[in-house]
Amino acid sequence: MILNLQNIYKNYNQDKLEVPVLKNISLQVEEGEYVAIMGPSGSGKTTLMNIIGCLDRPTSGSYELAGESVLSLKDRELSSVRLNRIGFVFQSFQLMPRESALNNVSLPLSYAGIKKKERRERAGKALERVGLADRATFKPSQLSGGQKQRVAIARAMVNNPKLLLADEPTGALDSKSGRQVLELFQKLNDEGVTIVMITHDVNVANQAKRILHIIDGEIYDQNPAGIETGEEGSV
Amino acid sequence: MFENLRLSFQGIWSHKLRSFLTMLGIIIGIAAIIAIVSTIKGTNEQIEQNLIGSGSNNVNVQLYQGDWTIDFSYESVPQGVPVISEEILREITDLEEVESAALYRYRQDYDGVYYQNTSLSGGYVYGVDRDYFITCDLLVQKGRGFVDKDFTDFHKVAILDEDSANALFQGENPIGKTIEVRQQPFVVVGVVTKKDVFEPVINSMEDYYTYAQDSSGKVYIPEAVWPVPYRYDEPQQLVVKAGSTSDMTGAGKKSADILNGYLTVSDDTVSYRSENLLEQAKQIQQLSESTNRMLIWIAGISLLVGGIGVMNIMLVSVTERTSEIGLKKAIGARKTMILGQFLTESAVLTSLGGVFGVLVGIILAEVISKLSDMPVAISIPAAAAAVVFSMVIGIVFGLIPSYKAANLDPIVALRHE
Ligand SMILES: Nc1ncnc2c1ncn2[C@@H]1O[C@H](COP(=O)(O)OP(=O)(O)O)[C@@H](O)[C@H]1O
Ligand SMILES: [Mg+2]
Repeated sequence: MILNLQNIYKNYNQDKLEVPVLKNISLQVEEGEYVAIMGPSGSGKTTLMNIIGCLDRPTSGSYELAGESVLSLKDRELSSVRLNRIGFVFQSFQLMPRESALNNVSLPLSYAGIKKKERRERAGKALERVGLADRATFKPSQLSGGQKQRVAIARAMVNNPKLLLADEPTGALDSKSGRQVLELFQKLNDEGVTIVMITHDVNVANQAKRILHIIDGEIYDQNPAGIETGEEGSV
Repeated sequence: MFENLRLSFQGIWSHKLRSFLTMLGIIIGIAAIIAIVSTIKGTNEQIEQNLIGSGSNNVNVQLYQGDWTIDFSYESVPQGVPVISEEILREITDLEEVESAALYRYRQDYDGVYYQNTSLSGGYVYGVDRDYFITCDLLVQKGRGFVDKDFTDFHKVAILDEDSANALFQGENPIGKTIEVRQQPFVVVGVVTKKDVFEPVINSMEDYYTYAQDSSGKVYIPEAVWPVPYRYDEPQQLVVKAGSTSDMTGAGKKSADILNGYLTVSDDTVSYRSENLLEQAKQIQQLSESTNRMLIWIAGISLLVGGIGVMNIMLVSVTERTSEIGLKKAIGARKTMILGQFLTESAVLTSLGGVFGVLVGIILAEVISKLSDMPVAISIPAAAAAVVFSMVIGIVFGLIPSYKAANLDPIVALRHE
């Protein structure tokens, strides 16, 4: 099991008020799965994704990544987990605007302390995998939205993580570019990468093998007709 | 590290105007310091040159009575001052600091030297030994120098320096002419000149009184014939050439000690003393430096203000790049990497400011020297220190912004658009 979250709660402090954002979330994902998480805006999807991605800590609950409890890890160790075991893809791409596609992709390699020559080689290969080998020297401003997202995916995968987390990866793309991104995800999943993807879009979610729903901080494995019919905390 | 440097230059270049304005405080501060230091150094070098001369590194060791050199025109020769023998002289030339040494006697003879009816008023007459011209870096310009025969056969010959040649002959060729020293005829056989023609630079009346001593002309005769116009029993003076300017003090002191060891005078205020030009120079230098030191403190305030400006801009830069920092942390950058990146940027920014400051300072110093005739000398170590110091400013004032960047919560940073 690559992800095992049990009874996760997350509260935010707002004006001295404890606002619960995630309520008793339990979630298990097997290696090689392709999971979509749907839910209305503000329901807590990004918050959950940040916890899975070791960017944030839950208020309570337990979380094991590939069998290892990550909540007890120190900052430094969490950095290493994010660097080597998790790939991130964001809705707004988050590329370095002044750097070429190749440099953007090789950024995580430089954090891993890999020498320049090998960095170029591996970043070049990663760009090839997303079909952008001929755009290596382009700056983000010279790329279309879909191309930018594919550069971001190349960057996420350059250290060969087992887990890819994508927060509304097609949210800012037209449907054709969106489809290309989803094809890429499918290809990666076929190669054995576990994918957890957040989306608004039913058509996008349908690409995944399994769809989960978050409504108001609670997770459901069926699209509930109403919140009260959902089975709380189930897988 | 190398990557950080590249990123820093890129960041600075992409905000050219802002980076330049940020550097301005550092540039002004460093430029002011370099200009001041250059003026101090220039003034010091000039003082040293004026007092010490053209680099011949000569030190005179003269006989003193109390605080005054003995003027034999008026005073009697003290008992117990022996003739300085070859052996004593060798003892002096064997000193580590001494390159060569020569003996001489001299007088300022106000009305003693004539060519026909022209008097060399206030001129000096020197009775010199064979090594004198070499020791004092005097070169024969016309005619010849002294030869062994002049000393062994008591030739009544004279060599003039340029000042006395001009004063007595006014452009006429002096070689072969006969001049009178105390009514004794001497045939002029040569004219000598200082190897490096050196004129003290006079900037003020004060300088004039300090440096302007003798341009009234010198007449050299072999020491063997000194008793012809003057007294046979006058003690000798010594001039030594030190190996280097910094050896001058030592060479003078040690030579004087050796000579004093042979004195058997009853009057214990009589002794050989070296003129300590270096120390004199240092005293004058200190005076001019202390005023300029104040200016350096003022320039330091500019650096402090510049540093705060850098801190301010770095804080702005951290805020601007919040989402970049968040992304970097999200994809695995460690705190220390973010810290290093911003510290490098801050240090590069101020170091560049330092380099520009040094350049501006050098230009400023040159302009000052052109406009006010103040001497300047660029100090390479000072320039290097200035750049290193600017780098330190960058690191110190970059600490808070960099620390802030390194500790940004990646989630907050990523939400920030
Ligand atoms: N740092 C925070 N401080 C306070 N409230 C927050 C913070 N982050 C998120 N929230 C709140 O948590 C809720 C869920 O946010 P989010 O997980 O981003 O939702 P989604 O991604 O599903 O749109 C929202 O109501 C949001 O306002
Ligand atoms: Mg969201």
